[in-house]
Amino acid sequence: MSNKVVQAMYNDDDILMDAVKETRAANHHIEEVYTPFPVHGLDKAMGLKGTRLAITAFMYGCVGFSFAVWMMNYMMIEQWPQDIGGKPSMSFFLNMPAFVPIMFELSVFFAAHLMVITFYMRSRLWPFKEAENPDPRTTDDMFVMEVAVEGDEAALVSFLEKTGTVEIKVTEKH
Amino acid sequence: MSSHYEAPIRRPLIVGDKSYHDITVEVAAPVEGKANKLWWTAFTIALVAFLWGLGSIIYTIGTGIGVWGLNKTVGWAWDITNFVWWVGIGHAGTLISAVLLLFRQKWRMGINRSAEAMTIFSVVQAGLFPVIHMGRVWDAHFVLPIPNQFGSLWTNFNSPLLWDVFAISTYLSVSLVFWWTGLLPDFAMLRDRAVKPFQKKIYSLLSFGWTGRAKDWQRFEEVSLVLAGLATPLVLSVHTIVSFDFATSVIPGWHTTIFPPYFVAGAVFSGFAMVNTLLIIMRKVSNLEAYITKQHIELMNIVIMITGSIVGCAYITELFIAWYSGVEYEQYAFLNRATGPYWWAYLLMMSCNVFSPQFMWSKKLRQSITFSFIISIVVNIGMWFERFVIIVTSLHRDYLPSSWTMFSPTFVDIGIYVGTIGFFFVLFLLYARTFPVIAQAEVKSILKSSGENFKKLRDGNHE
Repeated sequence: MSNKVVQAMYNDDDILMDAVKETRAANHHIEEVYTPFPVHGLDKAMGLKGTRLAITAFMYGCVGFSFAVWMMNYMMIEQWPQDIGGKPSMSFFLNMPAFVPIMFELSVFFAAHLMVITFYMRSRLWPFKEAENPDPRTTDDMFVMEVAVEGDEAALVSFLEKTGTVEIKVTEKH
Repeated sequence: MSSHYEAPIRRPLIVGDKSYHDITVEVAAPVEGKANKLWWTAFTIALVAFLWGLGSIIYTIGTGIGVWGLNKTVGWAWDITNFVWWVGIGHAGTLISAVLLLFRQKWRMGINRSAEAMTIFSVVQAGLFPVIHMGRVWDAHFVLPIPNQFGSLWTNFNSPLLWDVFAISTYLSVSLVFWWTGLLPDFAMLRDRAVKPFQKKIYSLLSFGWTGRAKDWQRFEEVSLVLAGLATPLVLSVHTIVSFDFATSVIPGWHTTIFPPYFVAGAVFSGFAMVNTLLIIMRKVSNLEAYITKQHIELMNIVIMITGSIVGCAYITELFIAWYSGVEYEQYAFLNRATGPYWWAYLLMMSCNVFSPQFMWSKKLRQSITFSFIISIVVNIGMWFERFVIIVTSLHRDYLPSSWTMFSPTFVDIGIYVGTIGFFFVLFLLYARTFPVIAQAEVKSILKSSGENFKKLRDGNHE
């Protein structure tokens, strides 16, 4: 199978949105769209599924909360109970109010950091990662839609030329 | 155009006839250009102050806390005052980037990057104080619950000071990733524009290979929203916990339930003042007046006015409750605050924090850049004195009149404080020259709804 794609460039987000809708309606497969800023509604227009990162954040938060409960119970109640200022460490529930701040902080700590790490892993972002945008202008003011070539290449190019593109390029994708 | 509609009554947030490319060029300009004389002068002054502070810190660590002006009655003074002051300043950054994001306030986009930078740099300053006040800095890791050879003897999770450790470190690290995630697309912009190979290398390293795929943007927006949702209660919890350092004690003047909301309001108040101080200069020096507009400054002035009034309410409530409580110790603490030997500090606090923001009721004054700048400095001075008043006046006359005393700082106290201001500005000035100081990707996304040219075009059609 060929990995050929057509890269159609646009200089306006509204034109891009219309082009994405037209291309989808004409049953062409949009491989990828690169934009310099978040274009609202683009993910829906492309038919991307919603992201589940928020759900992971909730789960990580629960992990953080459980870790905080386990840690403070182990350290303050089980392993080395102390009598601090006449307030002995009798049971977890009697001491619990004093543990609330750290339970909260660790929930936030785990949720935030693990979610961001998940985001970086899923979107393949890390130091020394090479950028893969097809054109340096896509971080400035250019929008690129990559459409997979399936069948008639010339027909696809002429279809895309009518969508308001300013530049068009056929290229091999690895 | 319909999808970019914004009510005509809203004033534009991007002034002038800007295109997407103009935004790129103008945000990249301070990074790509050369520093001028003014920058070098400011940087040199900040560096000297920082080095002086560093010397004072080294002297403190080498000799001991005895080199500070503390005595057996006043065991906490400038160190904790500075700590709370710096943490408070930090709060505005998170408030702008997180709370205003949740409220969908578009004006946050011009200022959030610098405000968050300010947050991180000021929390770094704040963190220094508890660490050096430990005396034995090399044992600083003992504040963390790590297994040790003492059996293991764990940290005390009932202590508000330990809550502070967790709160401040969570706050610093979460603010940092929030800031960095937002920076990725903007670093990518600088990377793609860079011509010098070294610059290109640095910015590709910093941008983590950001490419701007539709899926990445979708995740980016979700992550920003969730981080904002997490950072909002976090920022409120941080200053709440800072206030617990005092509120859970049994010192008259500290042991009050009003402390958490009162501290949070004060933090937002001082933080917005610092944002105004920094941005009024930056918009001028870096030619960003089109993005950090008068409208931004006016809105920040309104926040300053409101939070200043909340703080004022808290002062009055404290006085009333002290009287109403019928507790003599509490009553004396407040009487002493206002009329005792530190009356001048109390007066300074009242006039800077409660009186001065009231000028902002006047539209003319809150739209004046010079006046806003002056008030922002006044507020920062006032908020430093607020912490000083709370801390020192509550301590210096304790339960035993025989140990009543005064506090006077030594040159080391002053040196460390000035040093942190220097350190802060060293970091901020370096940031201003190397980072994209405006969240340009986000600003581009509101250009069509809030840009002056687009608004004119659209509103013209309605007439």
